[in-house]
Amino acid sequence: MEESIRQYIELYEHHRDALCSHSIPAMNALREQAAGHLRHARLPRLGSENYEITSLSELLGKDYGVNINRLPMDVNPAESFRCGVPRLSTSLFLTINDRFALTPISTNGLPAGVTVCSLNSQGAVPSEIIGRYYGGLASLDNPIAALNTLLAQDGILIHVARGTKVDKTIQLVNILQSAVPLMAVRRVLIVLEENAEVNILACDHTQNNTVDMMNLQVVEIYAGAGSRLEYYEMEESSVRSVRLSALYAEQSADSHVTINGITLYNGVTRNEYYCRFTGKGAELSLCGMGIEDGERRLDTYSHVEHTVGYCHTDELFKYVLDDSSRGAFTGLVRVDEGAVKTEAYQSNRNIVGSGEARMYSKPQLEIYNDDVKCSHGTAIGRLDEMQLFYMRSRGLAEEEAKLLLKQAFLSDVIEKVRLSHLRERLTYLVERRFAGGEDACLSCKGQESCGEVDMNIEY
Amino acid sequence: MLKVNNLRAEINGKEILKGINLEVRPGEVHAIMGPNGSGKSTLSMVLAGNPSYDVTGGSVEFYGKDLLAMSPEVRSHEGLFLGFQYPVEIPGVSMVNFMRAAVNAKRKYFGMEPMSASEFLKMMREKRSVVELDNKLASRSVNEGFSGGEKKRNEIFQMAVLEPRLSILDETDSGLDIDALRIVAEGVNKLKSADNATIVITHYQRLLDYIKPDIVHILYKGRIVKTAGPELALELEERGYDWIKEEVERKDAEQRR
Repeated sequence: MEESIRQYIELYEHHRDALCSHSIPAMNALREQAAGHLRHARLPRLGSENYEITSLSELLGKDYGVNINRLPMDVNPAESFRCGVPRLSTSLFLTINDRFALTPISTNGLPAGVTVCSLNSQGAVPSEIIGRYYGGLASLDNPIAALNTLLAQDGILIHVARGTKVDKTIQLVNILQSAVPLMAVRRVLIVLEENAEVNILACDHTQNNTVDMMNLQVVEIYAGAGSRLEYYEMEESSVRSVRLSALYAEQSADSHVTINGITLYNGVTRNEYYCRFTGKGAELSLCGMGIEDGERRLDTYSHVEHTVGYCHTDELFKYVLDDSSRGAFTGLVRVDEGAVKTEAYQSNRNIVGSGEARMYSKPQLEIYNDDVKCSHGTAIGRLDEMQLFYMRSRGLAEEEAKLLLKQAFLSDVIEKVRLSHLRERLTYLVERRFAGGEDACLSCKGQESCGEVDMNIEY
Repeated sequence: MLKVNNLRAEINGKEILKGINLEVRPGEVHAIMGPNGSGKSTLSMVLAGNPSYDVTGGSVEFYGKDLLAMSPEVRSHEGLFLGFQYPVEIPGVSMVNFMRAAVNAKRKYFGMEPMSASEFLKMMREKRSVVELDNKLASRSVNEGFSGGEKKRNEIFQMAVLEPRLSILDETDSGLDIDALRIVAEGVNKLKSADNATIVITHYQRLLDYIKPDIVHILYKGRIVKTAGPELALELEERGYDWIKEEVERKDAEQRR
């Protein structure tokens, strides 16, 4: 067994009873299987295929604590979480590290037919849904998914019943806060039944710059026939945090899913997206952007599989890299035999603003039938000299011109955000990110949206 | 206002300007003409401060200050404007934000507060009318999806907003149909005053029917080889550039002897 895995297997074996006592049977049922996979797993290292800049072996080798006994954390969310989305009224749910927490405004305005709760809820609906869907997509061959399945004790279920349309955006705020190195093992399960519609904004916030933190997340998304989901993830964490996220989505016929991963502040991040179509006429828009500087790392892996015909994928990831940061994009779109009339477009474009920054890009298409429209491409470049000179010739200082050009470069990913208030907010955050300093809140000059939220928490 | 003295410049190690002398005074309109590849655009780029070009000799004074020591943005603040032959598209930056940034950068340079939103919009409206620029272009990204004519009108619009003391218009007539040419030229004429000056760089006489030059220069092989009144432009239109070339070759040959 690998050393870095051994500590988690031992942790599990020694605390199996405690671990299971806090969780529902559906979660416990998969742990042994996950342990089996991990015992034989060889963790990817730097340079392993599809791991150009991320060494799971090294990252998981560190000694993080896991909150097995579910001790409440001394966290003041109002202090940690300061960034609301002005004018966007959301139904807000919190996870503090990996623990689900309700706020008084959580369920305001959510229509009947929508369930947002802890994975450990005892209700009839959650039990039935979780029993049916939990672990159905996440592959235990993936070390991230296996480790998450082994250790996860809580997380969020979002279930939208057939035909239910949710107007209000559901906002999940994940706060990582701990005095000692901590691994938060969070699980998210999103199930949209036929013709259901919902928008979800998930934000990661870490304000602590002095403690190592690992956010080990698995998201499973089921989009039923004719359903519509917009799922935005935004990371605003610290340079000491590591985020390993694996998202799995399965789309039935005529469903529309948008997934947009936005990395504003991070330490080391690997975001994996595994998307699959099981019914005709479905559409996926998979996009993301990252702003990296200092020593930050951002690694995106995507695997989109067209198993049936008549589906559409639009994939766009854009990075801006400065200083000594590293970025990687590995994307595979696979069109299976018989998946006729597939349309799939994949694009990765990057600006590398310094001599020390590095970007690795590997766009891939595998097509096993003739009747498709597909393209893929990548570009890595510097800011355009002529654009810079044009702007300076109109009086803009060089730094200001560069800033505007970097913002402009990311604008088409921002444009893909359909919620207009979120789009405006994102524009502002990106502007602030480029103009500002090291940390999300420290560099925030406009504290206009801080402390708006009533933060009394019930577990 | 502008004194160019024996200016030499190169790009990628190739010398393009081989000793330019030029003086421009307030109120004057100069035309610089010349065959392709003679260095007209290089001269405009060097005066505006494009960092891709290296100045290898000579000096340029602008209102008594050393122009060559200034960054492109400071040249702009000091009142130099270049209308680009190929206006640059900047997807994702709206015209409005671009112009606001430009106007406020200049105000900051002169120690003034940023312009209020209403003041700014009012000014944009006024200046747009100079070149009949459509309002919807102002909300679009800079030059993105603009037609050739719209791009050139947009250059003159920016000139109107920035109120330069010296405008260099590089081939502003290229790619324009006759209506667009008229609108652009009228725009330039409206902005003309006794205190500012214009250098019109053009290949053809056509634009000079609308913008009347006081002085016409011919640039050839990186030097100004002839300077005369407006009649020179007409002569060029009639006779082409060949006689100029021959004249220069003959003089060069004489010098070598």
